[in-house]
Amino acid sequence: MAELDAAPETRSLAEQRIAVATQWQLMWWRFRKHRLAAGGTLVLIAFYLVALFADFFAYTDPQESDAQRSLMAPQSINWIDDGRFAPYVYALKGTRDPVTFKRVYVLDTARKIPVVFFGRGEPYTLLGIIPMDRHLFTVEGAKAGESLFLMGTDMQGRDLWSRLMYATRTSMTIGLVSVALSLVLGVVLGGISGYFGGLIDTVIQRIIEILRSIPTIPLWMGLAAAVPNDWDVVQIYFAITIIISLIGWTELARVVRGRFISLKEEDFVMAAELVGCSKSRIIFRHMVPSFISHIIAATTLAIPAIIISETSLSFLGLGLRPPAISWGVLLQDAQNIQALVISPWLLIPSIAVIVAVLAFNFMGDGIRDAADPYL
Amino acid sequence: MVAYVIRRLLLAVLTVWAISVLSFIIIHLPPGDYVTSYIASMSASGSAVSEGEATALREQLGLDKPITIQYAKWMGLMLQGNFGMAMEWGRPVSDVIGDRLSLTMVISVAAIIFTWALALPIGIYSAVYRYSFLDYLFTFVGFIGLAIPGFLLALIVMYIGFAYFGANVGGLFSPDFAEAPWSVAKVWDLTKHLPIPAVVLGVSGTAQLIRIMRSNLLDELRKPYVMTARARGLPEYRVVMRYPVRVALNPFISTIGYLLPYVVSGSIIVSLVLSLPTVGPLLLKALIAQDMFLAGTIVLLLGVMTVIGTFISDLLLMWVDPRIRLGRQ
Amino acid sequence: MQNDTKPLLSVRNLKTSFFQDEGTTKAVDGASFDVFPGKTLGIVGESGCGKSVTAQSILRIVDQPGRIVEGEIVLTRADGTETDLVKLKADGREIRSIRGGDIGLIFQEPMTSFSPVHTVGAQIIEAVMLHNAVSRKEARRRGIEALRSVGIPKPERRIDEYSFELSGGLRQRAMIAVALSCDPRLLIADEPTTALDVTTQAQILDLLRKIQQERGMAIMLITHNLGVVAEMADDVVVMYLGRVVEEGKVDDIFHDAKHPYTKALLQSIPSIDSTPRVKLPTISGSIPHPFNRPTGCPFHPRCVSFMPGRCDTEEPPLLSVGEGRTVSCFLYQ
Repeated sequence: MAELDAAPETRSLAEQRIAVATQWQLMWWRFRKHRLAAGGTLVLIAFYLVALFADFFAYTDPQESDAQRSLMAPQSINWIDDGRFAPYVYALKGTRDPVTFKRVYVLDTARKIPVVFFGRGEPYTLLGIIPMDRHLFTVEGAKAGESLFLMGTDMQGRDLWSRLMYATRTSMTIGLVSVALSLVLGVVLGGISGYFGGLIDTVIQRIIEILRSIPTIPLWMGLAAAVPNDWDVVQIYFAITIIISLIGWTELARVVRGRFISLKEEDFVMAAELVGCSKSRIIFRHMVPSFISHIIAATTLAIPAIIISETSLSFLGLGLRPPAISWGVLLQDAQNIQALVISPWLLIPSIAVIVAVLAFNFMGDGIRDAADPYL
Repeated sequence: MVAYVIRRLLLAVLTVWAISVLSFIIIHLPPGDYVTSYIASMSASGSAVSEGEATALREQLGLDKPITIQYAKWMGLMLQGNFGMAMEWGRPVSDVIGDRLSLTMVISVAAIIFTWALALPIGIYSAVYRYSFLDYLFTFVGFIGLAIPGFLLALIVMYIGFAYFGANVGGLFSPDFAEAPWSVAKVWDLTKHLPIPAVVLGVSGTAQLIRIMRSNLLDELRKPYVMTARARGLPEYRVVMRYPVRVALNPFISTIGYLLPYVVSGSIIVSLVLSLPTVGPLLLKALIAQDMFLAGTIVLLLGVMTVIGTFISDLLLMWVDPRIRLGRQ
Repeated sequence: MQNDTKPLLSVRNLKTSFFQDEGTTKAVDGASFDVFPGKTLGIVGESGCGKSVTAQSILRIVDQPGRIVEGEIVLTRADGTETDLVKLKADGREIRSIRGGDIGLIFQEPMTSFSPVHTVGAQIIEAVMLHNAVSRKEARRRGIEALRSVGIPKPERRIDEYSFELSGGLRQRAMIAVALSCDPRLLIADEPTTALDVTTQAQILDLLRKIQQERGMAIMLITHNLGVVAEMADDVVVMYLGRVVEEGKVDDIFHDAKHPYTKALLQSIPSIDSTPRVKLPTISGSIPHPFNRPTGCPFHPRCVSFMPGRCDTEEPPLLSVGEGRTVSCFLYQ
């Protein structure tokens, strides 16, 4: 019987450079190809930069109110002054229209207030440690009460741009904290349910089903209304965060449970058991790495819902309340349609909400597509 | 099949019970009770409430008994159809709620019909003509729909209506019909006003359903039975519509179960913005006033309606999927 | 191959490729063979050699992003006319009437070949009504007859059942019934017994043989199982990486294989007659990745008789080495 396995090594095989890419490298390549996801990620990085350095991006105290400047329209920056690149804005004089008694602002073309990039302004501490007083742009040498109002002001005369910067910080971080809590709840409960099966699984499953079939907003509203009015800002912040995460964990738990159930049957799990691995080792070293990418995807996709819920609750007045600033709080001013028609710039924070949610959705989709090898 | 129905029924009952407990707990979470806020609002308007009066009020409203007793009493009354008195209005809760609950369901169902009518064909098209220009367009628009929270969309719609058309697009009835008794004309008026709330409510649900339909159909299109159907000589359009679409329809139908609570939920906030005479604005007021009977009843009834809707969708699913009908293992 | 009768189906230089972002896969790269009426042609090869894609190409149901790039597939219709299936419009009326009508197809996995939400009967009746102008009642009657003819007991009841209610063997029979319901002249069976246990396998093969004798139907049997080929086929075609490497009558192939690949395949079959406790000979190496096709003869990296300079530079043509026998190997040039 001829020995057939003594064939000579061929050139084509030797010429092949065999490279092995890790799971994460593969995911990264696939993710990169997905342009929407890449775009979304860039946008989110920008948002979080703003959140981190809100003080730098803002140019005035977001709480500083001045009835004299109530409901000013956004100012436009004039970029060229006498042929040089020297941005400036015109000062505004507020008067009362003699007929309608409404406040009207008129450009005072005599006074030009220069806009300075990286100029000095109100002092603050960067990241809570480094004292700084430089802002992205400020107006220097302006009289008190004269300033730049890139996005106009609200009813109380507070600068909307600065408020938007701080609102971004709050809204983006609530999302993270909430989702972290949901993640813990979801992974623990979903994991127990999926891995152990049986009665525990049935019970947890029923609980999840019940929670999912209850209209959530009335529940939130109820829970949020229960938060005492006299708690301080930070306490309310955490209370809202916890409330939101209590509803959101069901989706994550479902994903985790599904993964555990399908993985339980895999041969490699049985092989690990037969070799004598402990249960926790099997779970954490064998099973978890194979679905961690799905968890990341599901988590990323859960954040937009959280942002929307916080915004909705605050919009209703049940979530974060002034003096806290978030997108929802900013949008509360937009509740009144008549006021909105006169001052449409009050709606600008909604753009931030939409863009953030879109960006998270794109990025989450990209991660999910990159993680799932069967798509 | 019978086992399936019984199981879903039991689950529905359990859910209703859970909702009742939850709503009861929520109402009692805030420190103080109705009497406390009553006293507060009385003193704000200048009059004082004495200690004795407060205690008497509490006794009268049954607020001095332990929680479990209060819950039992409340559930007992509920089951008899007696929803108690709305303390602030001084009228029976059922009076105050009135039409609002049914109107909430009407706009929710309208939103779901709109969602379905749009999501089904678009989802099918997107799957069959994957990566085509229209597919990308639908995906993009769908994403935007997902990203805009219901109330924001409502705000924008109101704003556009007001600013450019000078019209108030909110409300479910024209002024003449608002308080009028029900008649055919009133129903027609309602129908005329339905589209905007239905669309606003339905948009984000539509986006989700399109994605679900698209991905389910894509999964099914890859399966062998599609190729077998083609190999039998069926025209392409029938190959797709009769087989994989039919199969992908099942998970699609089962999503109603979760769509309904989502839409009902969303209607609360949207009704606030659009000033719809539904349960939403009422609930908010009740919560702020800590009016226990009113708020608790609203949350409970909302939940019950939703559970009924989900149960109906379960029955629908059973009718449509032979695997469930025949108790496949 | 017989040269006295005209072939029912004649495939000439068929090339089907899949065009993807990552590269182009030549799934079928120049396959040629004939199927004769009333005879069984066995197409053998390892997984990935292009057998299934060949079958799909014949019926023009190749999945996107695949496409027939070159070649002819000439079918002789019942009235004697010849049609080149490659030239027909992809979803046109003619190819659709051929599918199921002239040529039937059965798949490997009967469970997933039936729609889970339609009854077996619905699918048969639909096929019958598609190809014949009959009433629904008549179609149903024919459907019941079709189920009976494949040996399904109580066909009047079974016709209203769903595929998941039938056992594995019955399901495969039902699938055969669906394919036969319009009386095709050629049945393409793509791995019909691979998913079945040995006993059921034997029953299905018997059934196919019986039907062939009754109706004079030609069968194109695609499999990787040489035992099935030996039992059923009259003629054999051996494929490797999308090309036909050898063809001939079944006896010739099994007793006098010419191509090194065929020889290696035959030698790797465990046999009762082989010496015990000797290592089973295997073919060294493995099937190359479709994006990494070797130059020249596709088998040369694994071939015992590899001739450097020849086998890795040119592709060997299909050479005739006897009556009805062809080989694609430089050893015979």
